[in-house]
Amino acid sequence: MANLHTEFVGIHSPNPFWLASAPPTDKEYNVVRAFEAGWGGVVWKTLGEDPPVVNVHGPRYTTLMGGDRRVIGFNNIELITDRPLQTNLDEIRRVKRAWPDRAMVVSIMVPCEEQAWRRILPMVEDTGCDGIELNFGCPHGMSERGMGSSVGQVPEYIEMVARWCKHYSKLPVIVKLTPNITDIRYPARAAKAGGADAVSLINTINSIMAVNLETMTMVPSVGPQGSHGGYCGTAVKPIALNMVAEIARDPQTAGMPISGIGGVNNWRDAAEFIALGSGTVQVCTAAMVYGFKIVQDMCSGLSNFMDTQGYTSVAQMVGKAVPTVTGWSNLNLNHVEKAVINQDNCIQCGRCYVACEDTSHQAISATKDGRRHFEIKDEECVGCNLCVSICPVPDTLTMRTLQPGEVDTRTGKTVSAEYANWTTHPNNPMSAAFRAAAAATATATA
Amino acid sequence: MTTLASDSPPAGDVRPARLSPAQYAQNFCDAHPPLTLAQARIEADRCYYCYDAPCQTACPTGIDIPSFIQRIADGNIRGSAHAILSANPLGGMCARVCPTEVLCEQACVRSNNEDKPVEIGQLQRYATDAYFAQPGAPLFTRAKATGKRMAVVGAGPAGLACAHGLARLGHSVVVFDANAKAGGLNEYGLATYKTVDDFAQQEVAWLLSIGGIDVRYNARVGHDVSLDSLVAEYDAVFLGLGLAGVNAIGINEPATLGVRNAVEFIAELRQTTDYATLPVGRRVVVIGGGMTAVDAAVQSRKLGAQEVTIVYRRGPQDMSASGHEQEWAQTNGVSIRHWAAPREVLSGNGRVTGMRFASTLLENGRLIETGETFTLAADTVLKAIGQSFVAEPLNAQVALEGGRIRTDAAGRTSHPRIWAGGDCRVGGRDLTVEAVEHGKVAALSIHAALSATQGA
Repeated sequence: MANLHTEFVGIHSPNPFWLASAPPTDKEYNVVRAFEAGWGGVVWKTLGEDPPVVNVHGPRYTTLMGGDRRVIGFNNIELITDRPLQTNLDEIRRVKRAWPDRAMVVSIMVPCEEQAWRRILPMVEDTGCDGIELNFGCPHGMSERGMGSSVGQVPEYIEMVARWCKHYSKLPVIVKLTPNITDIRYPARAAKAGGADAVSLINTINSIMAVNLETMTMVPSVGPQGSHGGYCGTAVKPIALNMVAEIARDPQTAGMPISGIGGVNNWRDAAEFIALGSGTVQVCTAAMVYGFKIVQDMCSGLSNFMDTQGYTSVAQMVGKAVPTVTGWSNLNLNHVEKAVINQDNCIQCGRCYVACEDTSHQAISATKDGRRHFEIKDEECVGCNLCVSICPVPDTLTMRTLQPGEVDTRTGKTVSAEYANWTTHPNNPMSAAFRAAAAATATATA
Repeated sequence: MTTLASDSPPAGDVRPARLSPAQYAQNFCDAHPPLTLAQARIEADRCYYCYDAPCQTACPTGIDIPSFIQRIADGNIRGSAHAILSANPLGGMCARVCPTEVLCEQACVRSNNEDKPVEIGQLQRYATDAYFAQPGAPLFTRAKATGKRMAVVGAGPAGLACAHGLARLGHSVVVFDANAKAGGLNEYGLATYKTVDDFAQQEVAWLLSIGGIDVRYNARVGHDVSLDSLVAEYDAVFLGLGLAGVNAIGINEPATLGVRNAVEFIAELRQTTDYATLPVGRRVVVIGGGMTAVDAAVQSRKLGAQEVTIVYRRGPQDMSASGHEQEWAQTNGVSIRHWAAPREVLSGNGRVTGMRFASTLLENGRLIETGETFTLAADTVLKAIGQSFVAEPLNAQVALEGGRIRTDAAGRTSHPRIWAGGDCRVGGRDLTVEAVEHGKVAALSIHAALSATQGA
């Protein structure tokens, strides 16, 4: 079994699976149960100033479900901890002492005033915790009071508070980012500029889960009205992966440690976050749906995967897939693929046919010798992958890459081994300028 | 359906009240309990919503199955029921009695990769049951009255479907049925556990609620009313006569108590309000290989018979009861003996005591007897070797073929104003769902023919 031990900004944990700052990490009781189950670390639910906030006493959570009631997405309107600061600090100290090998990171959210941070940081540090996470992500409730995502949406504030924290505390500082922005690279750069040791992302996404059509009331509602909540769970994973990768490949932030969050349901999700630059992952929804035991399946899967692939540490995988992420204009336009149907596996549902016929390129035939039979028409297939994406049977519809020298029967052109992207394409009005610039660079380099 | 009362008084080892009331209640409850909401949602989620769906093609009435299932998943029960009932107005009963394993579910593409089709029949029942429980405003309304009057003979699945279709098109319909209740085989010919809670009558009531359909009960064509008078009085006539005759077993049948037709036994069971009053033999032999044989055999067991044997002269593949039906019989404690033909009814003191059978085999494609015989002791022998069409009521007005009525694809007979469908029409598989399709198509054909006449 591969060793899953992780070191992240100097914080050690027996595995990369941390519970995110959220309801599961609000109390000693829950966190001890989590550690007993095997979680590598926790980010304690966000502490604030006394007197503690008050939560609603109606629905705080709602889910988006599949047909068999599997949770696909999850939304919450719970605020930061609603327990007195000292209660939390005492519990954090006890738990860290009892579980010294686990990562204990404390999430903090106080007003954007230097004195507020200066006051709370020593109290937190005194618990013996391993690090702090600045909650600049929470998009509901606290953001209306000038905290949470309303800080995370202003890079200057991020930089300022990060700097205060580095000044008033010796602990590693992780800045938790909100996805409710247009370009995640700016807040990440600000965190780095402020001296933060790492970023964690994504926090939750502004969301309304549904509308009750009988009462014409938004869902969830507390009585007659509701408020947007933070969206997380499986559905947000693609958004989170992109934001993690954007930071990992941005020259200004490349190499900055990232704790990946957003729809980690299993080891595979975790490995994907790690491959795109995350040193650890944080989990909440999976635990809130299945309980803490799920971490054992995550550890088992990750460890077996690493053994199969020959990785001996999590660190070896961090960022392995980042170089494959690039801009559209760098994509090779000479690369040609065609869909292929494995007739032995095909169950004849015909969804590939109707999807292609109705919405794409009319590149699949539905009959052969008068019988139901689905076949790709290479001369029409543009390689869009729609049929592969919607086929209900695994390994039945796949893509085949045409080799250089083969003829693409759709265009009649021979596939070239040369790499050629949009910047040099004749249809690009700017391609002449691109070519001139490239030539100039080549000359300068020479 | 003539004889509803038992023709054999209880004697010897034939007696009523073999079981406790609780056992009867359990034995005759729903054979396949309906899906719960949670089960229906999960099952609906399994449908792939195929293009040009093979299940729809396999359905004799062409129900848009992917859509009705999608609508269950969407929580649109009324829309789901509309998708079903617009193609098949007896979709509720068909959901219960269709041999789905050889129709829609056999065609389901899920069978191809996981050998477990979507439970289409159960989902169809879920949607129709949920709709009938709270029907709301009518799903179908009648077109502007045409002033045309149609006669439908037989209130079975074919006749009801035709009447409903004609009523929707604005025609006035009078249905003549020989029995005291409408429904035909749905009311008199199915095993009780297939259609509990008087569902056949609920469905009839819903069908008739469209309006414009007048049912004359206890009116037998050829006896109480003549076909000639119907042709004279009405603009068109649809014959959904069913099969009124019962095939003989082809050997000498002495006047013996305890030997009776399975269809009569089944009809009596369906109409009883107290199973404890029905006599049943301790040992029952059922001769035949169709659904009627299975229904009679299983229900004999459920009435408390200890040994029930179906005897069929050919092999399992040749039985018209599906594999699923045969398995149902066997799991209910019925033995099936194949390759045996009846030779002799054994009796004593005027009562049946058993049957002697000759073993059979196929030789060069012909069924022959091997020369061996065996005897099965029996207190009751039920004959279920098929029903036949009784042509007398037709008064030679329409042409027959193979003993049944010849029609074109739309159900038109040799007589220009007579259409026919259901089991009395030649060339079908004697399925409820086919009878419904016959009635539905005939209604459209009649309408088209009359409109053309009017236009000319």
